Amino acid sequence: MDPILDISAKTPSALETKIGRRKFLKIITAAAASIGLSGSAVVQMVEAADLGLKPSVIWLHFQECTGCTESLLRTAHPELASLILDLISLDYHETLAAAAGHQIEKSLHDTMAAQKGKYVLVVEGSIPEKDGGIYCKIAGRTALEILNEVAADAAAIIALGSCASFGGLPASGPNPTGATGAPMILKDKTVVTIPGCPANPYNFLGVVLQFVTLGTLPALDDKGRPLFAYARTIHEDCPRRPHFDAGRFVQQFGDEDHRLGHCLYKMGCKGPATHANCSIKHFCEVPGAWPIGIGHPCIGCTEKELAFQVPIHTTVDIERATPPDTYPPIHADHGGVSPVATAVGGAVVGVALGAAWKQAKKLDGEGPDSTDKKEE
Amino acid sequence: MARTRRAFLKGLAYAGGTAAVSAVPAVASEPRKAPDDAVGMLYDTTRCIGCKACVVACHEANDLPPDTRGDVLYDAPQSLNDRTKNIIKLYQEDGRRSYMKQQCMHCIDPACVGACMIGALQKREHGIVTWDSDRCIGCRYCQVACPYNVPKFEWEEANPRIIKCELCNHRLAEGKEPACCEVCPRDAVIYGKYDELLAEAKKRMVDHPGRYVDKIYGEHDGGGTQVLYLSHVPFEKLGLPELGDEAVPKLNRTIQHGVYKGMIAPAALYVAMGAVMLRNRRKGDQGDES
Amino acid sequence: MSEHKATPVGGSLMTPSTRILLFVFMVGAALTVWRFAVGLGPSTGLSDGYPWGLWIAFDVVTGTALACGGYAMALLVYIFNKGKYHPLVRPALLTSALGYSVAAIGIIIDVGRPWFIWRIPISVGKWNLDSALLEVALCVMAYVMVLWIELSPAFLEKWQDSGNTGLASFSRGLSKFMDKALIWFIALGMLLPTMHQSSLGSVIMLAGPRLHTLWHTPWLPFLYLISCIAMGYAVVVMESTLSSRAFGRQREDKMLASLSGVTSGILFLFVAVRFLDLFLRGRGPLLIGEGYYSVMFWLETVLFLAPAIMLAGSRGRARIGTMFRASMMIVVAGSLYRFDSYLVAFNPGPGWSYFPSVPEIVITLGLVAMEIMVFIMLVKSFPILSGTSPMPAHRK
Repeated sequence: MDPILDISAKTPSALETKIGRRKFLKIITAAAASIGLSGSAVVQMVEAADLGLKPSVIWLHFQECTGCTESLLRTAHPELASLILDLISLDYHETLAAAAGHQIEKSLHDTMAAQKGKYVLVVEGSIPEKDGGIYCKIAGRTALEILNEVAADAAAIIALGSCASFGGLPASGPNPTGATGAPMILKDKTVVTIPGCPANPYNFLGVVLQFVTLGTLPALDDKGRPLFAYARTIHEDCPRRPHFDAGRFVQQFGDEDHRLGHCLYKMGCKGPATHANCSIKHFCEVPGAWPIGIGHPCIGCTEKELAFQVPIHTTVDIERATPPDTYPPIHADHGGVSPVATAVGGAVVGVALGAAWKQAKKLDGEGPDSTDKKEE
Repeated sequence: MARTRRAFLKGLAYAGGTAAVSAVPAVASEPRKAPDDAVGMLYDTTRCIGCKACVVACHEANDLPPDTRGDVLYDAPQSLNDRTKNIIKLYQEDGRRSYMKQQCMHCIDPACVGACMIGALQKREHGIVTWDSDRCIGCRYCQVACPYNVPKFEWEEANPRIIKCELCNHRLAEGKEPACCEVCPRDAVIYGKYDELLAEAKKRMVDHPGRYVDKIYGEHDGGGTQVLYLSHVPFEKLGLPELGDEAVPKLNRTIQHGVYKGMIAPAALYVAMGAVMLRNRRKGDQGDES
Repeated sequence: MSEHKATPVGGSLMTPSTRILLFVFMVGAALTVWRFAVGLGPSTGLSDGYPWGLWIAFDVVTGTALACGGYAMALLVYIFNKGKYHPLVRPALLTSALGYSVAAIGIIIDVGRPWFIWRIPISVGKWNLDSALLEVALCVMAYVMVLWIELSPAFLEKWQDSGNTGLASFSRGLSKFMDKALIWFIALGMLLPTMHQSSLGSVIMLAGPRLHTLWHTPWLPFLYLISCIAMGYAVVVMESTLSSRAFGRQREDKMLASLSGVTSGILFLFVAVRFLDLFLRGRGPLLIGEGYYSVMFWLETVLFLAPAIMLAGSRGRARIGTMFRASMMIVVAGSLYRFDSYLVAFNPGPGWSYFPSVPEIVITLGLVAMEIMVFIMLVKSFPILSGTSPMPAHRK
C-alpha cells in the first residue's frame, strides 16, 4: 500500500492539532503557492499531511560551508524551519540535529534500515575523490563511501547547492582534493541538482514538496536541474534588461550608471549565460536581495563552466537572444513593385510601339518620294 | 573630298596621339594608401553579442530621430537608412550564427568620392569620408557608386541630405571616440589608428588560429577600407561583397584623366574639326560641294 | 537648291493634337509641383537600392541619346562634307535642342536640391575631375546652349523680316555675326556630345561591382558613343518621315537611305565590339548561363543586328517602310541598352526592386508631350523643315 496516496486514514496530524486546521491550511496553501503548485496539489498535500505521513529525509554534509542550509533557514513560506520539519521527518542533519557523535550515527543507520527505499537523500557539499577520498571523512568513513552507501536505497536524491551539483568552490582550480558533485559519483542514478551558491531555497522546497505530495520529481534538464527554476537565464528575466537593451552600462563600481542601477554586463555579469531564477525569486525574504539587485554582477554560480572558473569581471556571450531582441537579416526585404505602375508603364510602351508600327505599315503603302528624281 | 577626309583624320590622329601619350602615366598610377594619420575601426564578430548598444549610441551621438515609420517594431530599422547610420544585423544559417555591424567603410579610395561631381563627399581629416551639406545637390551618384550600399538619402524631406556614418568626427574633435566604439561592452568594435588596428587584427589571427576566416576584410578589398572586419563566418554571408583588390573608382579615373588630361585631347579635336570645317567651307565657296 | 530651302510649315498652332499634348503637359507639370512639395520618396518608386530610375535612365540618358540627331547630322554634313544632307540638319538640331532641354529639365526634377545646380558650372575650384558625372553635367549645360545657338539662324531668318524694326535690325546684325561665328559653335556642338555621350557610359561604369558583367566593360564609353550616333541617325529617319507625313512635305528618301547605310555599319561595329570584348574578358559562358540577364543581352543584340542586316543592302534602304521599321528597332535597341545598363543590369543586392511609380511615368510623359508640342509649334512658325512648297492645309 502506497502510504502517500492512501487517503483512507483521516486522523488530524500532530501539527494540525497544535495550530488549528485553518492555520494549517493557510500554511499548506502558502507553501504550495510559493512554488507554483496548483490548488489540487494543496488538497493532496493536506491529505498527505492528514495521514500524518512525513517522509524521512537524510541530509548529508560533505565539503560545504553550510550556506545552503543557512539559506533554507531564511525562508518564511512555509515559515519557520520547524514547519518544514513537520512536513518532513528530518532524520539526519548534522547542523540542525540536537544529537551528536555516536547517537546521530545510530540515527542514520536506523533510518536507513527502517525507511529503506523510502527516504529522500539530500546532499550538501562536494565529494573529494583524490587519494581515495580521504580529504573528507565523517565518523571514520570517507564521504565517497557514505554517499554510495546512503544513495543505494534512497527513493530520491537531491544535490543541494553548486558544490553538491558539480563541485562548486572546492572544485575551482587547482582542485587539490579532486572535489566533484554527487551526480558525477552516482552516475547510474537520477540526481536532482539545485545549483547555486547558495542555492535558492525555494527551488529546493519546490522539489521536496512536490515529491512529498505527488511522489514525483519535477521535469529536469540534462544536468538534472528542475526546469521550473533553471530553464531560463538570468538575462531573460533581469529587471535591468531595459538598460542592457538601451546600452546603458555601468563602467565602474560607484559611478553614475551604478547609482542609477544600470546594466552590469560590462562589469562581467554572467547573467546572459547563467541558468537560474534569482532574478524573479529573491533571497532572505527581502525583495531586491539578490546579487544584481544590490549592484554586483552575477557570477554565474549555478554554472559549472562559469562558477569559480571564469573571472568575475570577464564578459560572456549571450546564450539565447530572445525577445525583445530582434535583428534585421543581412539582406532585408524592401517591398515589391506596384502592379498598377507596371500596368501603366507597360501600356505606355505598348501604345508607343503600336503607334510606330502602324506608321510603318502606312509607309509601306506609299511609294518612293518623287523629289528624288529632281535631285541630280 | 579625299583631302578633307585626310585632314579630318590627321586632326583626329593628332588628338588621339596626344590623348594616348597623356593616358599612359594615368594607367600606370599607384594604388592609393591610407593617409598617415588615418583612423578606423576594427569589428570582430566573435566578440559581438548583438546587444545593439552601438545602434542606440550612434542615434544619440548623431541626433538622429527614432525610426517609427512603417508598421514594424518601434525603432527597429531593417537596414541603414536616413535615420540609421549604424546597424546590427543577424546572419543565421544551418546552426551558424553571426552578428554583423554595418556602417560606412571609410574606404581608402572611395567610389563615392570619385563619383561626387563637386566634392561634397571627400576624405577629410584622418581619412574619414564626410559629407558637406553646402555642396551637395542631391544627385545620388554616390549611392549608385558605393559597392557597400552605404550612403542613404532623405527621400521624404524637402531639403534632402545624404546620411551616413562619419566616424563621429564631431566627437573626435573633442578627444572622444566614436560613440559605437565607446559604448561597446565587449570591445567587439574598437577605434584606433588604422596601422595599429591592422596590426591588432593580424595579431588576433595569429593568436587564435582557426577562430577566424583566413582574411581581414578591408585590408585590400576594393583598394582597402579603414574599417576592418574579422569574422568567424564567410564574409559574403555577412553581406560584405567580394571586390578584388582594385579600387572601385580606379577605372573611371584612369579613363577620365587619361582622355581629358589638361583638356588637351578635346582641345585638339576641337581645333581639328574647326580646321576641317573651314577647309570645307572654302571648298564650298569655290563651288565644290557634293 | 530652292526645293531645299527651309520654310515654316504654317497653319494653326492650336490643333486637336497640340491640345492633347498641352493637356498631358499640364498634368505632368501639376505632378511636378506635387513632387517638390512631398519629396522624391512618396512621388517616385526610387529607393536607397535604386536611387536612379526612369528619370535618369530615360529622360536623361536615353533622351539625350535620342537627341543625338543634331550631333550625328553635324558630323556628316560638316566633317564629312556631305552637303546634300543639309536639309535634314535643322530639324535634327531642333529635335536635339528640345531633347536636351527636356533632359535638363528632367535633371532639375530628379535631383534632390536643384536650387544648387547653378553652383556646378561656377565652382571651378570645387570640381572633382575624377567624376564622369561632372563632365556630363558641364557638357550638357554647355551643349543645350550651343544647340539653341546652332538653331538660331532659323529664328533670325524669320525675325529679320519682322514687322518690328527693332527685332529686325537686331536679327540682321546678329545674323551677320552668326554667319562667321557659327562654325565654331558647330564644332563645339560636335565636341561636346562626343565627350558626354561617351561619359554617360563612364558614369554607370563606376557602379562596377554592382553592374552585371555582361554590361560592365571598359568599352562602355565607346559603346555608348557609337550607339548614340546610330540612334541619332535613326531618330532623324523617323522624325523626317513623320514630319513629312504630318506637314505634307516631300520626303527625302534617298538621303535617308544613304544615312541608313552608315547606320548599318555602326550597328555591326557595336555588336562586334561587344562580343569581342566579352570573349576577350573570358565571359563568353555568361551569354547563356545568366538567366534573365542573358535574355536581355540577346534581346539587345537581336534589336541591334536585325536593323543592321535590314539596312545593309540597298534593297532594304529603298523602301521607306523598311527604313522606318529598322530605325524604330535601333531606337528601341539603344534605349534598351541604356535602360539595361542603368537599371536592369544594376544590382544593389537582394531585397531591392524598382519600377517607376505612376506619377513618375506621367511626369515623363508630360515632358515628352511638351517636347513634341513645342516641336510642332516651332516647325510651324520658323523655317526649319525643307522640301518642296507646302501642301494645302488639309493635312495636319
